[in-house]
Amino acid sequence: MKKIDYLLAGVGGQGTILASRILAGVGLEMGYDVKTAEVHGMAQRGGSVESHVRWGEKVYSPLVEHGRADYLIGFEMLEAARWLAYLNKNSVTLINRFSVPPPLVTLGKAKYPSEKDIENLLLSAGGKVKWLNATEMAEEAGNQAMAGVVLLGALSNLVGGGREIWLGVIKGLVPARFAEMNQKAFLAGAGAGR
Amino acid sequence: MKELMTANEALAYGAYLGGVKVGAAYPGTPSTQIMEKFASFPGVHAEWAPNEKVAMDVGIGAAFAGTRALVSTKHVGLNVAADSLFYAVYTGMNAGLLIACADDPGMHSSQNEQDSRNYAKFAKAPMLEPSDSEEARQFAATALEMSETFDTPVIVRFVTRTSHSSSVVDVDPTAVPPPPKEPKPYKREIAKYVMVPGNARRRHPVVEERIRKLREYAETTPLNRIEPGDDRLGIVAAGAVYQYAREVFPEATYLRLGMVYPLPEKLIRDFAGRVKKILVIEELDPFFEEHIRLLGIEVAGKAVFPLIGEFSPSLIRQAAVKAGLLPAAASSPSPSPAPALDIPIRPPILCAGCGHRGMFTVLKEAGVVVMGDIGCYTLGAASPLEALHFCGCMGASIGVAHGMDKGGIPDRHVAVIGDSTFFHAGLHPLINVLYNQGKTTTIIADNGTTGMTGHQHHPGTGHTLQRQPTIKVDLETLVRGMGFGKVDVCDPNEMDAFRKILEDHLKSGEASVIIARRPCALQSRERKTPPRIDPDICLNCGACLDIGCPPLVQEENYVSINEALCTGCGLCVQVCPAEAIRQEAV
Repeated sequence: MKKIDYLLAGVGGQGTILASRILAGVGLEMGYDVKTAEVHGMAQRGGSVESHVRWGEKVYSPLVEHGRADYLIGFEMLEAARWLAYLNKNSVTLINRFSVPPPLVTLGKAKYPSEKDIENLLLSAGGKVKWLNATEMAEEAGNQAMAGVVLLGALSNLVGGGREIWLGVIKGLVPARFAEMNQKAFLAGAGAGR
Repeated sequence: MKELMTANEALAYGAYLGGVKVGAAYPGTPSTQIMEKFASFPGVHAEWAPNEKVAMDVGIGAAFAGTRALVSTKHVGLNVAADSLFYAVYTGMNAGLLIACADDPGMHSSQNEQDSRNYAKFAKAPMLEPSDSEEARQFAATALEMSETFDTPVIVRFVTRTSHSSSVVDVDPTAVPPPPKEPKPYKREIAKYVMVPGNARRRHPVVEERIRKLREYAETTPLNRIEPGDDRLGIVAAGAVYQYAREVFPEATYLRLGMVYPLPEKLIRDFAGRVKKILVIEELDPFFEEHIRLLGIEVAGKAVFPLIGEFSPSLIRQAAVKAGLLPAAASSPSPSPAPALDIPIRPPILCAGCGHRGMFTVLKEAGVVVMGDIGCYTLGAASPLEALHFCGCMGASIGVAHGMDKGGIPDRHVAVIGDSTFFHAGLHPLINVLYNQGKTTTIIADNGTTGMTGHQHHPGTGHTLQRQPTIKVDLETLVRGMGFGKVDVCDPNEMDAFRKILEDHLKSGEASVIIARRPCALQSRERKTPPRIDPDICLNCGACLDIGCPPLVQEENYVSINEALCTGCGLCVQVCPAEAIRQEAV
């Protein structure tokens, strides 16, 4: 059973914690030992947030090591770029084509990097970068807040686990009235990620 | 059955199954979810106390009465509760008292990174430290047993990366708390429970004898153990750091400490005898290192690993490579150098529609010095508002402002404190302003919740932690009852009205209170039509950008509003000098 390390990066309020719980739940269902690490509190007020999720035969640290992430899941373009140090030549970055300009940018004091620049930066680690319009697809499925579930749909094609497991875990973690909407978002991501 | 839980949740679960019936806490990252989880179990009483000292006294009282109790806090909350912790070590408990204390190395959401292990030594209370969620569940039960066996409160220490990490916990869905075994009736023992000097003098030897017995217990408890490996390197570690170390040094021999105070001296000597070299890996203070050095044993610790900040496997590996303990090849270099790219930082900011923004905009315009406090409104110090000039600890704003007044500061000044923080530690300093004839104006930024930690109830919300409707302490009545004559209530995002009240209070030269009341934007979810900026009228002067509201975006020659983020609060409409921002009447 090989280890799989994930890093989920986004902006506070984008749902990285829910996504990391889904990912952890799926790993557990697949028979992995699982650990996660999340950030709560002050950083959540619109700041940078990251969640670590690790699957393996036996996992010690909840934190992923630099250069050892197998998957980087960027909920926002700039936030994906921030975690370059965790990538290696075999890493896959799933990146949402979506930007939330940070204060320095909205104030006109800094530039938001172009998609091309962000891609080149991530590619410098030697791995692959896959783009997804996850926020747009989530909006089509009913609410843009489900972008993380769309990204997980695309990820599911790469790490296995089977539809039933993923959808079952999602159903167990989201409020019942949003379950159908989230299923739709997941399937949209799974369809696009092929 | 296996279930994923954070260590916060697992400790609460362990405490519940261990028969704890009373829990008390004040919310504080990273500890908050301990009490939230405990409150969800059937047949328990769990409460948000106004502050950690009150929570500690409540827990102690429940234990005196013969009921197992849980108190949870973040590291700095233990400062607030320290006075009570220290007497409880002298009096001892009756039933078990479990104190969960979560440190925040790296200061994800705190004002300092104090190492609470020092409190164990200082107060002479035993301390355990789990390294993952399953241990948190088990250690809860162990701590309760220890508490009763040794008649002492027991502290269980977490760090952010245990509190907010999920890992697998063994869950028995059919398990329920045991029926209380022998009832432990409360006995009126004046010599044990009344800590006047005469009695306390007789209790201190009891405390020292207890620590001696606990040190013996530490030698044999399975909480501490040697995990054999390659004897060329012996590593001493506890908690989350043990898990990091395991990743970086998989082959070494370990002394794994689950009980971090008091330390097992014989076990440490045995360990030293079987390994060639000892490396102590611990976050923050050299707590183990100093203790082991005092035994005359040579170790490497802070000479290799930092004294400051949070550890991670990456950090431990880098430090070990630098010290020559690991070959440099262990870290694989990138195939090509990363292109230079400026990645702007993204600090936390006040939410769109937040009432604190209107308050700080007016305060900044008035040019007053602002003594702030702990909460979301501390973000008023961030660019571009930069309108808050002090934040130290819970409740410090009012006393410091009063001291500045008495110290003769020439600037006009105010204290700003949130509603939950006011109930926590603001009442006493506010009474002091009146009593000692100060003239400080205190603004209570009342958003009707405990915002930063995730919207917990407090004495002013009308509900308890367990969602029971209850009395709602009215701030205005409360401060008038203290004796304040000059009290006004105003929505700070109604800038003209708020400005008028502020000027009136500052001119009055008397001690006064302004309750700046606007419900938290995340909770009220109130949305009005976003205003529009007419690019032809916009002067591109930046006045609206200066309020630092997330939806306002600098375009080429004007400013626009991101409607998806805007709540339509209308604050920007009020600050635009050109009337370029217009909002449809609702």
